[in-house]
Amino acid sequence: MASRITIEVARYNPARDHEPGVNSYEVPLRKEWVVLDALNCIKDHLDGSLTFRWSCRMGVCGSCGMMVNGVPKLACATFLSDYAPGPVRVEPMRHFPILRDLVVDTSDFLMKLARSKPWIIRKVEKPMDQEYFQTPAQLEEYRQFSMCINCLLCYAACPIYGLDSQFTGPAAIALAQRYNRDSRDEGASERLDSLSNLEGIWGCMFFGECTQVCPKHVDPAGAIQQYKLTAATEWLKAMVLPRGAK
Amino acid sequence: MAQSHGAPEGCEVTAMINPTEYLPKSYHRRMSTYWWLARWPYLKFILREASSVFVGWTVLLTLVQIWAVTRGPSANAAFHAWMRHPLMLGVNVIAFLFVLFHAVTWFSLMPKTMVIRVKRQRVPDWAISGPSYAAWVMVSLGVAWVVLRG
Amino acid sequence: MSKRSNEPLLWLLFSAGGVVSAMLMPVHLFLFALAFPLGWLDPPSDETLLALIRQPLVRVYLFVFCFLSLFHWAHRFRFTLYDGLQIKHLNELINVLCYGGAVVGTVTAAYLLWRVP
Repeated sequence: MASRITIEVARYNPARDHEPGVNSYEVPLRKEWVVLDALNCIKDHLDGSLTFRWSCRMGVCGSCGMMVNGVPKLACATFLSDYAPGPVRVEPMRHFPILRDLVVDTSDFLMKLARSKPWIIRKVEKPMDQEYFQTPAQLEEYRQFSMCINCLLCYAACPIYGLDSQFTGPAAIALAQRYNRDSRDEGASERLDSLSNLEGIWGCMFFGECTQVCPKHVDPAGAIQQYKLTAATEWLKAMVLPRGAK
Repeated sequence: MAQSHGAPEGCEVTAMINPTEYLPKSYHRRMSTYWWLARWPYLKFILREASSVFVGWTVLLTLVQIWAVTRGPSANAAFHAWMRHPLMLGVNVIAFLFVLFHAVTWFSLMPKTMVIRVKRQRVPDWAISGPSYAAWVMVSLGVAWVVLRG
Repeated sequence: MSKRSNEPLLWLLFSAGGVVSAMLMPVHLFLFALAFPLGWLDPPSDETLLALIRQPLVRVYLFVFCFLSLFHWAHRFRFTLYDGLQIKHLNELINVLCYGGAVVGTVTAAYLLWRVP
């Protein structure tokens, strides 16, 4: 294995640049190093102005999403040795506006997440001294969708999100399903009101890349297709019994 | 060692579209019209969607065939001659391949829509697409038998 | 609170059409567009086919085949135009061309199958 590898990093300084450019750096190629290690090496020793988000460095915080050779990946979970001899191209996540270097503006996602009402909705809350009981089987219904770390790699992978700025997107809809399937929740109808439209679930074309890139195996594509089936069933019920459905 | 290929130093700062609340300028990348050619998964997706055109084509063929069969010998003869034309055969070979592609992708995607549980375990995808493929073969043989038995 | 759209109906038709076209179109195309014209298999005579089409069950089968497959095409094609070619601003026109086309095809199928001599 060679001892060094070239990293090509997208750079953009809003105060100075018209458009993003690329800087190349040479860093050591260590067997156990990930892209995040390379970026920190650059920042510590080569170019202190390089700006990027990171935190836990172990794939649970969702901060370090970026494009590595055109594929959305977590920088802390992508080994440099897989790309030897290089060069490795690191760019900010696709489909988001670039604030600076590898940092993107995710406020669109946060706004759309609110549409999913990602919290337990109850018509009547139980008193504070009473628990909500849930069997392991009930937990299993939504557990997979609760693993989302909001890393937004699925948004970088989804071409519909890139083409249509109105589309709610994979993670936000999968999170709505996480709460719809939670036995403690009573808000499925409310969420359907805000998501059963072209900006929500019906905008999804089942491309499937979101599931492919998800580092936590949430399967947002599956969540959305299941949600479509539920929404269609609810629609049929509403047609057959207009008053009794809700 | 850093080599910069970016914009030259001291270039004029131009206003960017859609400033965010805290930072005055952010860079918006436009998706190219040919985004679907960039990677194989994208192309495969567009091909899958394009198969719907050949689904429509097959319906058109079927309608013409129904018309020909019910309109007598001259219409029938014209239809048969038309179907033997090299151009038609070429198009129909492509249509057949696309329709096959549609069937295969459809059966592999269908399980994602359904969550069926047997004793708390979710039924795996192959257990749903497997029977679908089997049904496909049976139905195809059934149709062929009805058409060919005379 | 947004109003729930009627997309579910279109999606249900699309899904049903997807199943029907996936199951039936390969064999239909293989027989009528390849095997018979190319002589790989002996085609049934035109009289046989006419007798087949006269049966009510066969007519219903063909109608459902055409109707659902057309709506499958319409829905998928509409979204491909909408998103794939980035011509969203022609939204109304796309919907009319696609679903309208499907309706025209369905009515044609109904007419042809109704008027089998």
